[in-house]
Amino acid sequence: MSEDHNGHVVDYKFNILVWIDLLIFTIITIEVAQFDLQDLTVIMALLVASVKTFLVGSYFMHLKFENKFMQAIVIGVAVLFVLVLILLFSDYLFFK
Amino acid sequence: MTSIPTQREYVNFFQVKKGFLSWITTHDHKRIALLYFYTVCTFFVVAFILGLLMRLELIAPGKTLFEAQTYNQIFTLHGVIMIFLFIIPGIPAIFGNFALPMMLGAPDVSFPRVNLLSWYLYMIGGALALSTLLYGDGPADTGWTFYAPYSVRTGTNVTVAVLAAFVLGFSSILTGLNFLVTIHRMRAPGMTWFKMPLFPWALYATSWIQVLATPVVGITLLMIVAERQFGIGLFDPSLGGDPVLYQHLFWIYSHPAVYIMVLPAMGLVSETIPVFVKKSIFGYKVIVYSSLAIAFIGYFVWGHHMYTSGMSSAARIIFSVLTFIVAIPSAVKVFNWVSTLYKGSIDIKTPLLYSLAFIFQFTIGGLTGLVVGALATDIHVHDTYFVVGHFHYVMFGGTGFAFIGAIHYYFPKIWGRMYNIKWANIGFTFLFIGFNLVYFPMLVLGIMGMPRRYYDYLPEFTTPNVISTIGSWVMALGLIIVIVNLINGHKGAKASNNPWGSVTLDWTHTDSPPTLYNFDETPVVTRGPYDYKNYEEYLSETSKNR
Amino acid sequence: MSTPSITHEHSEHFDAYGKKLGMWLFLFTEVLLFGGLFIVYATYRFLNHDAFHQGSAELNLVVGAINTAILLTSSLTVALSITAIQKGDSKKAFNLIIITIIFALAFLVNKYFEWYAKYEHGLFPGMEHFKELSHGESQFFFLYFFMTGLHAIHVIVGAVLLGVIAYLIKKGTVNKDRYIYLENGGLYWHLVDVIWIYLFPLFYLII
Repeated sequence: MSEDHNGHVVDYKFNILVWIDLLIFTIITIEVAQFDLQDLTVIMALLVASVKTFLVGSYFMHLKFENKFMQAIVIGVAVLFVLVLILLFSDYLFFK
Repeated sequence: MTSIPTQREYVNFFQVKKGFLSWITTHDHKRIALLYFYTVCTFFVVAFILGLLMRLELIAPGKTLFEAQTYNQIFTLHGVIMIFLFIIPGIPAIFGNFALPMMLGAPDVSFPRVNLLSWYLYMIGGALALSTLLYGDGPADTGWTFYAPYSVRTGTNVTVAVLAAFVLGFSSILTGLNFLVTIHRMRAPGMTWFKMPLFPWALYATSWIQVLATPVVGITLLMIVAERQFGIGLFDPSLGGDPVLYQHLFWIYSHPAVYIMVLPAMGLVSETIPVFVKKSIFGYKVIVYSSLAIAFIGYFVWGHHMYTSGMSSAARIIFSVLTFIVAIPSAVKVFNWVSTLYKGSIDIKTPLLYSLAFIFQFTIGGLTGLVVGALATDIHVHDTYFVVGHFHYVMFGGTGFAFIGAIHYYFPKIWGRMYNIKWANIGFTFLFIGFNLVYFPMLVLGIMGMPRRYYDYLPEFTTPNVISTIGSWVMALGLIIVIVNLINGHKGAKASNNPWGSVTLDWTHTDSPPTLYNFDETPVVTRGPYDYKNYEEYLSETSKNR
Repeated sequence: MSTPSITHEHSEHFDAYGKKLGMWLFLFTEVLLFGGLFIVYATYRFLNHDAFHQGSAELNLVVGAINTAILLTSSLTVALSITAIQKGDSKKAFNLIIITIIFALAFLVNKYFEWYAKYEHGLFPGMEHFKELSHGESQFFFLYFFMTGLHAIHVIVGAVLLGVIAYLIKKGTVNKDRYIYLENGGLYWHLVDVIWIYLFPLFYLII
């Protein structure tokens, strides 16, 4: 009897395409870091890292093919962490 | 199938396998609950005695029994044990473990072996915490909050104490994880989310906090250890660190932690009131949403422990606003509980007394919380006895009383016996009077200006301190009566399967004590969780109530 | 959701989805664990920007980039092994897990040489050169060692986990019809990769 896997198969080729994307984004982030964009530099680096994470999460970790609840809690945790960080910086950013 | 108990062999979960080894290698959630019960209660008594010693020191100004340093170590150990070894694990690990699967109609939790691991980690953490008494400069003297820079500089056994808390945190995380999956996956057929009783809902909200908040304090405590070992300036200002950053990280967990402490207790109150009023809870869905709201908003209020630490004004204002918002769902629950009592058929049994005391004391705790939650008033009462009074009202008067009430509620289910109700109520009375004698004067002392964590005080603070200390003896007497009465209860009259007449699955479809897998066959749920309409007829139909 | 089938003789129902949910919850705890360290990093980067900028110049970008490529590729091989087991090709799944473990070991070897180079220069917490650093730089390097060290511990744990799973594939316990342990091992491994995806730019790129 088949288990309660949703059973969605990500075929070999697709996995490899995702991997190539990840390598490309890695090269992008290294190249972009050569330019001095002041405050934007860190933001760019984090943005690219987040895109890579999105790819790993959606395809390698199969999140794209899971039910809405799984997707919701993953997003929820990410949002929670970001909100905590923002709240923390309400101290450091406005500290006199 | 007609289940006539005498025909089938009834083997309860105590009888299934015997011997010490069968207990410490068990996978049965009920046995794990009892392993926790005995160890948690032992730690509670140890910390309670430390509290009595503190009150004894404070009966008069100046040195009474201890040096200042020893006093600091006593209140630190008192806090560490009470918080990490009693209040946080207490209700979830004991009553959650025992009752949750049964309330859901399940034979056990989703991961029984992880459950046992949680208890092993609990014991290791407890051993580590107590071991700090045995060597070096003795137990930590930093307060349970381990504030930097003192915690990274003091020679007392901070590293081991903090590692104990880390291990205990891991135990807590695994319990929360287990309960989340159990609630998602093991509800009986027909039990939709909104047919689930409120104790499981409370545990659900609590478990999310355990899973998401605890790791933050875990890593923070490891950083304390690292700073002590390597002398890096993470939190020590003389090395370029920011001590307020430590406070941020610590309270990012420790504030949600107080909701870990109180939500399960609120869940128990929501369970017991309908039973002894024979009426459905008022506003079931609202209580569900309130629990989830408290858990969620509770992540964003931690700065209210830090108003005087030097945070920016912007942060202080934001945290204060959010703190007032998080008070609302708690107040809503109090309103709902009281409304449930209205026009109900009230049966004053011991568990109800504890729930009523919870409502009274939690309300005082909650209202005093608004005083500390408001920026202007907090400046006056921060780090005074007002805060000590506030948190003991919610944690002890609230959760502590709910805990003792739960023992009295589940006693007949766990052991199949009934204790002496008269003596139970006498014990309650001493506890209630004693508790308020101890902690109400603290609210007064705080406003008068007595600082907390001091072993000495100005002469004008003497009278409330004396009252408080005498109150601690009244409380101790009450506790002794309660404990002795419960121990005697093991030889008390045999209890029926459902002596309180509850309509939840843990009472209606299980034996007292329950069998190994709880149910003869999986119940199918058709009624709401607190459907007391025609309850006598319903109870007479379910086989376990004959 | 399948109904648990409970009879008087209690039969354990194998709940793959429940196990997967449990693993995701555990991953959340790991995210928050590292999250605390990222919070400290963010704070001190904000307060000591120049020192952090300087600090990353001392780290070897090439080694960091190679390690990033290694981990990304190891995530690929783990994902491929799941595809393989779903297609019933247990042998391929096994081989891919072994390759993943080899990548993990390669990562650790690189890390060892990286750290040893720093240690040789006395740039290790507790050593003389470390004590001479400015506050900001010592925070940067302490976070570097602590975060990549904690990460490395997770790489080791992940490699051991994958080793056990490889054994289960060989034994047949993990197969086309029941591969949740492989999935969960994969999830854990991908998290290890994701953490590095954030560590790499924050430490190795001079930003």
